[in-house]
Amino acid sequence: MDYFDIFISILGSAVRLSIPLLFTALAGLFSERAGIFDIGLEGKMLASAFAAACVAYWTGNAWFGLLGGIGVSIAFSFVHGFASITNRGNQIVSGVALNFVAAGLTIVLGQAWFRQGGRTGQVPPEGRFSSIVLPGADMMRDVPIIGPLYANVISGNNILTYIAFLMVPISWWVLYRTRFGLRLRAVGENPGAVDTAGISVAWLRYRSLIVAGFLCGFAGTYLSIAQSAAFINNMSAGKGYIALAALIFAKWKPVPVMLACLLFGFLDAFANFMQGKSMPLIGEVPVQIFQALPYILTCVLLAGFIGTARPPKAGGVPYTKER
Amino acid sequence: MSTASVPLPAWINYGLIPVLNLILAFFFSGLVVWAIGESPFEALQLLLIGALGRGEGIGFTLFYTTSFIFTGLSVAVAIHAGLFNIGSEGQAYLGGLGAALVALAMDRYVPWYVTMPFAVIGAALFGAACAAIPAWLQAKRGSHIVITTIMFNFIVSSLMNYMLVRLLIVPGKMAPETRTFLPGGQLPKLDWLIAAFGGKIGAAPLNFSFLIALIMCFLVWVLIWRTKLGYEMRTLGISPTAASYAGIRYSKIVMITMLISGGLAGMMALNPVMGASARLQIEFVGGAGFVGIAVSLMGRNHPAGIILAALLFGILYQGGAELSFDMPGITRDMIVVIQGMVILFAGALEYMLRPSIVRLYQQLTGK
Repeated sequence: MDYFDIFISILGSAVRLSIPLLFTALAGLFSERAGIFDIGLEGKMLASAFAAACVAYWTGNAWFGLLGGIGVSIAFSFVHGFASITNRGNQIVSGVALNFVAAGLTIVLGQAWFRQGGRTGQVPPEGRFSSIVLPGADMMRDVPIIGPLYANVISGNNILTYIAFLMVPISWWVLYRTRFGLRLRAVGENPGAVDTAGISVAWLRYRSLIVAGFLCGFAGTYLSIAQSAAFINNMSAGKGYIALAALIFAKWKPVPVMLACLLFGFLDAFANFMQGKSMPLIGEVPVQIFQALPYILTCVLLAGFIGTARPPKAGGVPYTKER
Repeated sequence: MSTASVPLPAWINYGLIPVLNLILAFFFSGLVVWAIGESPFEALQLLLIGALGRGEGIGFTLFYTTSFIFTGLSVAVAIHAGLFNIGSEGQAYLGGLGAALVALAMDRYVPWYVTMPFAVIGAALFGAACAAIPAWLQAKRGSHIVITTIMFNFIVSSLMNYMLVRLLIVPGKMAPETRTFLPGGQLPKLDWLIAAFGGKIGAAPLNFSFLIALIMCFLVWVLIWRTKLGYEMRTLGISPTAASYAGIRYSKIVMITMLISGGLAGMMALNPVMGASARLQIEFVGGAGFVGIAVSLMGRNHPAGIILAALLFGILYQGGAELSFDMPGITRDMIVVIQGMVILFAGALEYMLRPSIVRLYQQLTGK
């Protein structure tokens, strides 16, 4: 296999690995731009992966699975909102709690329902999102450079992948070109001003969390019934936190979020590829370096060495209307 | 008038409200148990018997309690200075490396009581080192400590993975762990403590680090409420502007606080690494750092409260393990659900009941 083919295959797997990150980071984008820190992204992704696998297993319909995933994810969002908006609790603590609940509940319920040590049953093919071959992919395959790129990277993904990339311009449009988006960004910077304008801070923040739950549901669904065929114990495996890192790395902006997720997905794919192989000149590179790299890069960015990352001003602060 | 500013007597604030929150958490956990077709009351009974019924159970309960005291103190010290350290998990993990290196270097030459002080220092230093960069980033560059400590949990996890899989592993073995420490690198069991109450410790790994944890509780109390440094930390935590007006140097206090916090988290490693398994294993922290957040919150960031809250989580851990033996329908992960519920109700929703309790209190006292 020559270098170009290897590159194409890494690129293809990078795209697939970055999709759950992309959905989750966009979810985080909506909640954090509205001033709600969401450490619970990880738990939401896990819970929705479990729900999607269960529903798809029982109904044999992938779209119902997606609905189940989204539903559970939004339910988690509501709990987060109830704690951090209505009761003005600590948003980090609430997120940590939801991560615990999701990690435990998926295994307890999974064991009670399926008796397979935390796995759900194998989802039948019609209950999964399978890959779509775009028109002309086979014809294009022999065209140099563009051909393999089209056939292996752009074509051959499942519908959720295309939805993920579609969500990027939609998120941008909602955040920057609609009244809701303007208010959402305002409530993350200065909720007092939004309140003075006669707009409910709480309702606006709840809506942003619903959007976040909606997007996170796609991420979980992708994990359990698009990337694999069942829910497996703790299958989110820290992806929620990588997505959070990507969101910060992208400085809380939609298009950079996509690029950051692709970068982190590429690092992941590259690490998988490099496992046990040696590089020219430096020898074998420990795979753990690639695993740590997203977090290291994010810390370096936060330190202000690559431009400045300015978080939403009111992030993490509960809004108190009266004193 | 808003109910938030009505003062309540201490027994309601520190006694009644946490207990009510706890009951709510257990109620919802009970619903989960009921939903999967088991009896919540029977489960609770089995849990309590498993955790407190026999000497061995108590030994295990106090073993888990020890870890949670360390991580709880770690979170609490940071919270007093207004810093949210959710990196205790990673700091404890790196602390394990410090303790293990000391044990590996000294265990064949000296008895355990010579190794121990060095191991305590080693664990604390490595834990503090893990907190140092996030602390510096917060103090000097204004990066949010919550985010950087999360990032460091993962960076440490990768680093330790590398250390164990590549460097510390016993050649020829598959399991990524160090060799077993000789008795000179192990902490002795506290069998006499359990025996003093007429029980048998059995296989329970309760060990000397329990006493170190209690000493640390006292030292943290002295630090926070009886020293100038503690006063400055609390001032910074309550009002950074007042602190700066009073001439308290922000970056200095942030650095010192986080180093102490990381050091306490690092010492947690003594318990599992030198006390229980006598070797450094992969992922030995197992979420204790995150439980520390709940312990600190429930204990109202006070060492006495932290001991009680750590004991509660120790009971949950040990009782939950026993429960999964007795009730095959319930897996060990039920305790993760209960923990989550406790963190949710006692932590994130801690103010939920307050308005209604204030109203009730005002009616009853006629104010």
